[in-house]
Amino acid sequence: MSADAEVNGSPPPVPEGLVMGKDGMAVLVDVLIRRGFTVVGPTVRDGAIVLARLLSADELPYGWGVELEAGRYRLRERTDGAAFANAAGPQSWKSFLHPARVREWSADRVEGEVVFTAEPADPPRYAFLGVRPCDLRAIAVQDRVLTGGTYRDPGYEGRRFGTLLIVVECTEPGATCFCVSMGTGPAAGPGYDLVLTEVVDVHGHRFWVRSGSEEGAEILAELPARPADPDTRETARAGVTAAADRMGRTMPEADLRELMAGTLDAPRWDDVAGRCLTCGNCTMVCPTCFCTTTEDVTDLTGDHAERWRLWDSCFDLDFSHLHGGPVRASTRSRYRQWMTHKLGTWYDQFGSSGCVGCGRCIVWCPVGIDITEEAAALHDWTRSGAPAPETEGE
Amino acid sequence: MTAVVPPAPYRVAGARAETGDTRSIELLPTGRELPPFSPGQFAMIYAFGVGAAPISVSALRGPHGGLVHTVRAVGAVSTALYGLRPGDGVGLSGPYGTGWDLEAAAGHDVLVVAGGIGLAPLRPVVHEVLDRPAGYGRPAVLIGTRTPADLVYRDEVESWCARARVEVTVDRPGPGWRGSVGVVTTLLDRLDLRPDRTCALVCGPEVMMRHTARDLVARGLAPHRIQVSLERNMHCATGHCGHCQLGPLLLCRDGPVVGYDRVADLLLVREL
Repeated sequence: MSADAEVNGSPPPVPEGLVMGKDGMAVLVDVLIRRGFTVVGPTVRDGAIVLARLLSADELPYGWGVELEAGRYRLRERTDGAAFANAAGPQSWKSFLHPARVREWSADRVEGEVVFTAEPADPPRYAFLGVRPCDLRAIAVQDRVLTGGTYRDPGYEGRRFGTLLIVVECTEPGATCFCVSMGTGPAAGPGYDLVLTEVVDVHGHRFWVRSGSEEGAEILAELPARPADPDTRETARAGVTAAADRMGRTMPEADLRELMAGTLDAPRWDDVAGRCLTCGNCTMVCPTCFCTTTEDVTDLTGDHAERWRLWDSCFDLDFSHLHGGPVRASTRSRYRQWMTHKLGTWYDQFGSSGCVGCGRCIVWCPVGIDITEEAAALHDWTRSGAPAPETEGE
Repeated sequence: MTAVVPPAPYRVAGARAETGDTRSIELLPTGRELPPFSPGQFAMIYAFGVGAAPISVSALRGPHGGLVHTVRAVGAVSTALYGLRPGDGVGLSGPYGTGWDLEAAAGHDVLVVAGGIGLAPLRPVVHEVLDRPAGYGRPAVLIGTRTPADLVYRDEVESWCARARVEVTVDRPGPGWRGSVGVVTTLLDRLDLRPDRTCALVCGPEVMMRHTARDLVARGLAPHRIQVSLERNMHCATGHCGHCQLGPLLLCRDGPVVGYDRVADLLLVREL
């Protein structure tokens, strides 16, 4: 684990971090709002822990945990009052950085000519409070997809550029979590402005806070916090280490990219196709799924048109539509596209895995399809039932 | 600056019927002009209020000096584009994608194999090869269409005959057709193919490209000497919408023109 974050800010560096109580969390939200941030964090709503705009730290899910299983999500009251002892909810930060619905531009027909108007770009400055290490990696994955190539998505870039990331390390993984398999958690990787580890024990409810950027250090300096005592640091580290041993799921010990490339004809795809409803829930909740479609609309006059961009799903029959019909008509081919892209061809396209091990796709699948179980089945097939690869020259 | 850049406004300078469902439209900028296109690259053409579609450039310079695209009316957007008349406004963005690798073809016999409207993205290649004969070996153009009426650029194709080996075959001959009947691969038998000196550029329905490439490989052409132009659903052309995937490839970025050596295995996987 990498608990000690590097500090490169102008305030005095505090590599050992500071420790603050719940009052410090309240001040943190106030400071962020005062600095002009739109604060977004977890809060309880509609029977789930959702991500929403926060006006006060009181809205954090203090005392709420979650019970996760394949196809199952339940809130559960906690006796320790912890705010962040709950694994991923139905949303991810892409809802804010890569929104489900965006108007890209509009066009008007003026005396026969088409006049295009760019959409004014004035994104809020977000402060994301409570980003999990797996989701921090997911943001980095989407950064590469949407801004790392020849063409950069300017809308994403504008929203992402000013966003402050406050990570909370994971001490309470869910039964569907496998960040350890994907190398994304439960300790925070690089890229945060502030990182917190929540500790609740006989010495009280407190947060160990370190900064990872100049702005993070400036904010940290405004909080009612004291230098972190060794006991808090040790307890925090131990909580994160213990979380690594409590993953509910694991990926098979295999090169997943090779596994995906080598199993395109596996009978297991027919098996999962017998269960998959092609509802697309997995793609909606996945923090890295980025696919979109466009919708072109006109008003009643017919002279004003708008281009909208909407989330799309590779499970939709229209997704691969060509004249003559869809390329991927069968459920088998659509599930295979999603999973082989996520775990395999993402490397070819964007240089990393597309999976961060958050487990959302398992939780929110209405029939409980489990990507780790499917990967394991494919792995088993290559080791036992798969036809031997053809040998060259024979 | 964080706004999405809208398409550049272009105007239809000329439109020409090619077949019963196919027209070529020539476009000139009315404002910002896009960077120059290379043969094999494509534009996203936006039909007002209807949507945009990826269309390969079918001539780099038309009679009015504009970009030419050939559109077959098969869907909502392409039908709207098909219906455009001179003076109508559209939105254009691009150029996108890889073009035909003409550097690889330099000094080689250039074999162009087209199926139906697949001739459109190849037409700028034929122009280039016929305009600069010293840069290439022997040119040949093989065209397969469903019926004689589906042959695009008919007059122009006839004019190529003086400078290149040109063969046309149809699946279903009509009255008066005295030419070849059969799939385009049957035309390969008539060529004096020099496999080690040939570069093949292929565009048409995927099944046609697969069979053509396979037959060319069987005749001794190295897979990397065969270029194919692939088609998938596409919404953005900038690598962000995810629709144009073919296994590891994003065809708007890694294609549409790719070496057959990179896709031979992928094209064998059903529904990939």
